[in-house]
Amino acid sequence: MSTVDEHEKDMPSEDSGGKGPPPPDPEQKNKATAYVIFFFFVGLIASLIVGWIIFPQLLYSQKEQPIDFNHALHNELVGDCASCHYFREDGTFSGVPDLWSCIDCHMDVQGEDPEEEKFVTEYVWEDREVPWLIYSKQPDCVFFSHAAHVLSGGMDCVTCHGHIGESEHSKVYQENRITGYSRDIWGRNISGFKRNSWDRMKMDDCADCHEEARDSATKDEPRAPVGRVIDNIIRVAFPGTYADNRGGSVQTQRGACFKCHK
Amino acid sequence: MKQERPKKFGMVIDLDKCTGCGACLVACMSENNVPFKPDESDKLTSITWMRVYQLNNGKPYPETDICYLPRPCQHCEGDHGHSPCVSVCPATATDYGMETGIVSQIYTRCFGCRYCMAACPYHARYFNWWDPVWPDGMEKYLNPSVSVRMRGVVEKCSFCYHRYQTAKDKAIYQFAEGERDSTDLEEDEYQTACTQACPAGAIIFGDLNNPSHRVHQIAQPDEKHAGRPKNPKAFRLLERLGTNPKVYYLSSRDWVRRAGDNYLEGEGKLKRH
Ligand code: HEC
Ligand code: HEC
Ligand code: HEC
Ligand code: HEC
Ligand code: HEC
Repeated sequence: MSTVDEHEKDMPSEDSGGKGPPPPDPEQKNKATAYVIFFFFVGLIASLIVGWIIFPQLLYSQKEQPIDFNHALHNELVGDCASCHYFREDGTFSGVPDLWSCIDCHMDVQGEDPEEEKFVTEYVWEDREVPWLIYSKQPDCVFFSHAAHVLSGGMDCVTCHGHIGESEHSKVYQENRITGYSRDIWGRNISGFKRNSWDRMKMDDCADCHEEARDSATKDEPRAPVGRVIDNIIRVAFPGTYADNRGGSVQTQRGACFKCHK
Repeated sequence: MKQERPKKFGMVIDLDKCTGCGACLVACMSENNVPFKPDESDKLTSITWMRVYQLNNGKPYPETDICYLPRPCQHCEGDHGHSPCVSVCPATATDYGMETGIVSQIYTRCFGCRYCMAACPYHARYFNWWDPVWPDGMEKYLNPSVSVRMRGVVEKCSFCYHRYQTAKDKAIYQFAEGERDSTDLEEDEYQTACTQACPAGAIIFGDLNNPSHRVHQIAQPDEKHAGRPKNPKAFRLLERLGTNPKVYYLSSRDWVRRAGDNYLEGEGKLKRH
């Protein structure tokens, strides 16, 4: 059996000769705190850079359109959008034009432009449709109607598409590597702020505009969350009395899901 | 947006005319991209938005009588849109649309808990146990107006809602071109695939709220009594549950009408006499 004294002797003797930790050195403590704060901010800034700049870049792959198309030039030539983006007789929208809209003018190369030559030789002469990438392509489950917005609502293309119709070059198409959707759906600004109505076209963006349109049409106050809670209480407490079919959806009291889904 | 009078799309199926040929089933499956498997006889896993049941009166030979009963989703209204499935869905994946009376199913929203299947008294809902596999080349024949479903979600008849969407687009176009006076749809502009496929004309589809539509005239829904049919030949399945369905059946045969509900032995007869 060893004694307590023996143990004490085994302990490495420090120059202070005392027991326990040395008395805290105020200078060293400050230094440690400074390091902690420093590395915290280094880490914070690094993760902000990763999260806000690097990750979004990695998340989206960049693709060029097969042909760089000049809208400004063609608009001057043909006058209006409808000669290429028109409605069919069954009310569907033609969308991005097929070769049929181009061959009147492009049966042969008429200028020096290498893009035109590529277009004519690789697509028109081969009778092959150009595989345009659609910036605004919505998921398969979404039903969108150009007729309702453009013909009935009288809305301008710019409201939802921005200034693509006046551009001189096709912009780069960015595809989300995980979902495969275009970046124009989720928007460029990852903080979620929208500066223009066409910055983003997620479900909420469609719904916000629909709520606004409906409320201005019926001159109602937009339903605040509190109002919805009260509606729900009334509905549960007095079943049968609640006939308010705002927006048509029983679940959300907004637009019914089948309005935009299929 | 314009405030239109709410519609209530519904169906009347004349069981005296139905021959059980199954054309409605086939039309429905191809219209709605309903997936199928090599063995469709396994009814535990097969998906049939529209399904034809065979009923019989349980009597021996000379009096034997059978009846075929096509069963789409009944699009129950319940109490102000609280149909059985909509009430239990924890994800808002199924919803009752007040403007059309159609019960929607948003496949991307559904996470496959299958509460709605348990809640549905009509077995109108089906679960995708596997991802759909189309025979080579058949994916080119899929209907682009209907999104295909994936493994793990529930699906059901939508009254061919996409046909309503496309019919409205056409009406808007024609209105803009001055070819018609309003964007309101005529009865024949929105019809389901099964209605058009039925060779016997047993299925009739239209707006139950519109007195000029045939469904309204035949079923004569009684608004004061949750849409109960005033036509004595008409009945709804499991009327007593209060699901307030929008599919009405017609039959001149008493036993068929009684088969529409779970009556106890001798029930009704005792009360009446
Ligand atoms: C009204 C006639 C007309 C029609 C229709 C037309 N183009 Fe052109 N396009 C021209 C003319 C003129 C030029 C200029 C030729 C030049 O000087 O290089 C041109 C140039 C081009 C160029 C090269 C310039 C650029 O970068 O855009 C491309 C590519 C092109 N067209 C593609 C198309 C496609 C695709 C369509 C069908 C959607 C189409 N064009 C329809 C007349 C037309
Ligand atoms: C000569 C035919 C032509 C005319 C005229 C034309 N476009 Fe286009 N448009 C195209 C082609 C080809 C594309 C596909 C290439 C691209 O996306 O850059 C396109 C693509 C678009 C897109 C992108 C759709 C998407 O989501 O990918 C928009 C938006 C658009 N056009 C709007 C307009 C507007 C607005 C006008 C009238 C001011 C107009 N276009 C006139 C041929 C035309
Ligand atoms: C209310 C917003 C809105 C307005 C207004 C609008 N669009 Fe679109 N556009 C969309 C959406 C959303 C899509 C994607 C549709 C989809 O993928 O189902 C789209 C798709 C397109 C496409 C690609 C379609 C394809 O798949 O080929 C073109 C081209 C286009 N729009 C042109 C136009 C033009 C030209 C106008 C003006 C006349 C216009 N849009 C007005 C929202 C709008
Ligand atoms: C800038 C406003 C705005 C945006 C953004 C918008 N909508 Fe609309 N939408 C409207 C208006 C207004 C109407 C009604 C048009 C009318 O009938 O006069 C409408 C009507 C519709 C209709 C026809 C429904 C009916 O009752 O007939 C559908 C479907 C639709 N929108 C889907 C969408 C989808 C999907 C998106 C998003 C991709 C979207 N909308 C974005 C304003 C908008
Ligand atoms: C105003 C039109 C509109 C209405 C009403 C609407 N949606 Fe959507 N929904 C969209 C659009 C557009 C998208 C695709 C863009 C996105 O992912 O946000 C979408 C996407 C979705 C997605 C994700 C699908 C995917 O593949 O990413 C789900 C889930 C969904 N909606 C469920 C619902 C449900 C449930 C309702 C009813 C309560 C509903 N939606 C009502 C327009 C609408």
